Amino acid sequence: MDPFYPVQLLSDFVTYGIFHLGKTSILGSAMDFFIYDSIKILILLITIIFAISYIRSFLPPEKIRKFLTKRFEFIGNILAGLFGIITPFCSCSAVPLFIGMVESGVPLGVTFSFLISAPMVNEVALVMLFGLFGLPVALLYAVSGVTIAVLVGYIMGRMHLEPLVEDYVWKIKAGDPLGEQKLTFRDRVSQAYIYTRDLIIKVYPYVLIGVGIGAFVHGYVPANALLKIAGRGNILAVPIVTLIGAPLYSNSAGIVPVIQALISKGLPLGTALAFMMAVTAISFPEMVILRKVLKLKLLGIYTTIIIVGIIFTGYLFNIIIR
Amino acid sequence: MKIQVLGSGCETCKRLFEITQEIVNELNLDVKVDYITDISKIIELGIMQSPVLTVNGKPVLVGFIPNKEKIKDLIAKELN
Repeated sequence: MDPFYPVQLLSDFVTYGIFHLGKTSILGSAMDFFIYDSIKILILLITIIFAISYIRSFLPPEKIRKFLTKRFEFIGNILAGLFGIITPFCSCSAVPLFIGMVESGVPLGVTFSFLISAPMVNEVALVMLFGLFGLPVALLYAVSGVTIAVLVGYIMGRMHLEPLVEDYVWKIKAGDPLGEQKLTFRDRVSQAYIYTRDLIIKVYPYVLIGVGIGAFVHGYVPANALLKIAGRGNILAVPIVTLIGAPLYSNSAGIVPVIQALISKGLPLGTALAFMMAVTAISFPEMVILRKVLKLKLLGIYTTIIIVGIIFTGYLFNIIIR
Repeated sequence: MKIQVLGSGCETCKRLFEITQEIVNELNLDVKVDYITDISKIIELGIMQSPVLTVNGKPVLVGFIPNKEKIKDLIAKELN
């Protein structure tokens, strides 16, 4: 049975019972969508983010770094890509993460795998995809995100780009990681609780806006207009949406509901996923921050390879999934 | 006695800096809280996250901001 069935009953009740909107009216179905999706996503955010942040308390970046220094390169890339899933990515931590990794001997390419996977495959993106598209699409997103991170990192590792990292980075001496913080069960739970609470306060307004726009699109935007621009007929749709998405700084919370609505209007899944990856993986503020540690040329190479990877993935899905 | 907040200068670190200052005032401590945005100082501590709160050079808080009471406890604990 669908565990969210009671939520559906509730939103049906509010829409048709309290507001007396017609069951076939556009406004009614838009409102039903809105209530159902926003409650469902809230429940998923609370449970999944809490679980992930609890698990994460066992794997701080200082510990992850230890795992990554002693690996062969390709295996290191894979591990880095996987660790990136559970690591929250806040732009404040990007620079210390980068310097801390390369300083302690993590290969540059492996560091890049981590830097790509962490923002792209983030927990909010996964929750949103899971909530609105179901598990297979969420997994597809995670697997392709990690794959891009692994391959791009590996290729960059082979290109020997060390001279393009800002010189001062190599001069910093990383201190020995301190003895691990002793955390009790209560510490971990309270840490996870605070993280979950803060994150939800931060992203939930965007969820509501996104779900609201999505509900509107469901009801009002004609399918034909969109399909002409970004449907299967337009072979260039994937690169176009990727390039539009790259500089955008939007969190996945706001963007997924809109994408879901567009897909229901006929937007191909690969095109949609490419857009979403471009939005989460690359953003202008993040580039500004990474510029502190990467010379401009390296920043350019990094961005270009990710964009190519995303475009490729978008086409691939459009071909596989019909 | 020395209290420092280290971070990359983002919103989160600034908030921790402000909370720490409030706590120092509430506890009537005669210390100035330093706000350091030089990231190499974080790396030198062997840490890779931001923000960091140190008391007498020892990191007591890394990577996130708990509630104010908890921070107060951490600082008070280091004082004894």
